Amino acid sequence: MAHTLVQKVLQKHTDQQITEAGQIVQCNVSLALANDITAPLAIKSFRAMGATKVFDKDRVALVMDHFTPQKDIESAIQVKGVREFAAEQDITHYYEGGDCGVEHALLPELGLVGPGDIVVGADSHTCTYGGLGAFATGLGSTDVAGAMALGSTWFKVPPTIKVVYNGTLPAYVGAKDLILKLIGEIGVAGALYKALEFAGPVVDALDVEGRMCIANMAIEAGGKCGLFPVDAKTIAYTAERGRKDELMVADEGAVYERVVTFDVSGMSPQIACPHLPENVKPVEDVRNVRVNQVVVGSCTNGRISDLREAAAILKGRKVAKHVRAIVLPATPGIWKQALKEGLIETFMDAGCIVGPATCGPCLGGHMGILADGEVAIATTNRNFRGRMGSLESEVYLSSPCVAAASAIAGEIADPRAL
Amino acid sequence: MSYQGTAHKVGDHIDTDAIIPARFLVTTDTKELGANCMEGLEAGWVKRVKEGDIMVGGENFGCGSSREHAPISILGAGIPVVVAHSFARIFYRNSFNMGLLLIEIGDDIAKISDRDEISIDVEKGVITNKTTGTEITYPPLPTFMREFLDKGGLIPYVREKLNA
Repeated sequence: MAHTLVQKVLQKHTDQQITEAGQIVQCNVSLALANDITAPLAIKSFRAMGATKVFDKDRVALVMDHFTPQKDIESAIQVKGVREFAAEQDITHYYEGGDCGVEHALLPELGLVGPGDIVVGADSHTCTYGGLGAFATGLGSTDVAGAMALGSTWFKVPPTIKVVYNGTLPAYVGAKDLILKLIGEIGVAGALYKALEFAGPVVDALDVEGRMCIANMAIEAGGKCGLFPVDAKTIAYTAERGRKDELMVADEGAVYERVVTFDVSGMSPQIACPHLPENVKPVEDVRNVRVNQVVVGSCTNGRISDLREAAAILKGRKVAKHVRAIVLPATPGIWKQALKEGLIETFMDAGCIVGPATCGPCLGGHMGILADGEVAIATTNRNFRGRMGSLESEVYLSSPCVAAASAIAGEIADPRAL
Repeated sequence: MSYQGTAHKVGDHIDTDAIIPARFLVTTDTKELGANCMEGLEAGWVKRVKEGDIMVGGENFGCGSSREHAPISILGAGIPVVVAHSFARIFYRNSFNMGLLLIEIGDDIAKISDRDEISIDVEKGVITNKTTGTEITYPPLPTFMREFLDKGGLIPYVREKLNA
């Protein structure tokens, strides 16, 4: 059988022959991941299973990123329990403090995930690694506990939707706009139980960080994963991080459930309006929305290319007086690079708050919570009601350059008009 | 196995932030999570629920994050089963792992209104709406999920494998 990308990766990790979508397969996993919210439950389940040792101490990652630095006593207690578990199990990849970053930015940077891997994470945005050609998917804590104990898990082979981007990206339009456009088109349940596979000249031209941004939000269309072919750019990216990977494309003749095609030439920057990621409009249709907060960061858009994009807009300009503009580089490595390139100074000069690597406000954790009636525009991934704070607040999602332009204007703004 | 209770109907795309907002994720305790069930939809929502009541959702119920705290909080609120048009996939897997029964009935969901009294016969695959006198039949669980449930969920399944 000719395999789509996801089927190819699954086949590498199972003895069963993959013949059709819907089949249940047992696969070994390359890495199991949990964070400060989900690891405590995973550890509880791990114990309940009677497990005493993780399957491989080098292939379990515990990243304390959501409420980091510990926001209150309760979250500190949660992390303490995970730290003790990591010490007991001699887990190599336990991160808390100065070496810790937002998990889905950190693990690719460390070379812990890459092409052909199967990664299961107790975090829905685990699908980010599809940008590198991994089959990576979010599971619950107990499923991840099972994978931590056995080194394997079960999957239903998903059907695949192929997404083709043709044309040439205009200025100020990028990866975030491409994924928002897709979610607007197919809806938040458009890829439910399915895999997304990205292709076309625009995808070929995208850098690896842009591909991870797109794969990151596959879950916002309900998808199980979002995969990119592995090309020379991917191989170069993982080689720099000490890996040796191989090229991978879908088989000739692979069967797709449907193909969704876009011509992106002439496309505008896209905005997801409250309170669902599918409420997508071109920026010119979102008028007179005054913002109280701007967030640039997260596993979607907290990488160095995102900070460069925001800084290019903010350079020599000032954030509007009534706006809290919060910039959270997603890892210490990205923070340091931004410092070297002068981006941090640009942000500070513009009047931004530059914070630590944390998920923080994205999920309404801390470091930028919204009050009743407040409005934020963020480069994050979800705008559900109450996601960033009060149930009476609103979140708009955008690319870094739209967020930066909005910080300056004090209302949602089009970077092309600056 | 059968269930009987008052239906509490919610809308489409009920996300895990609605089911249990992130600020309550500093515990793994079932009762504490249950006390804040659906707090992201409406403050004090859980007060309407009696032990054994049934949640009724629309399309894509449980979308969003992978937090297992979501099915746990529903169980903690005293709700043993959710009937919906469709479920988000991580939530689906988590619920079976945690022992929360999910029943997917598609467009028939329109036949259940908020506060209807309903009963569910799981073996027969029949939901009876006692308030309106209508019956809804639904396809049995996929074989793999049923075998999995018969083993008692994921924890006993992994325990068995570890001891093999």
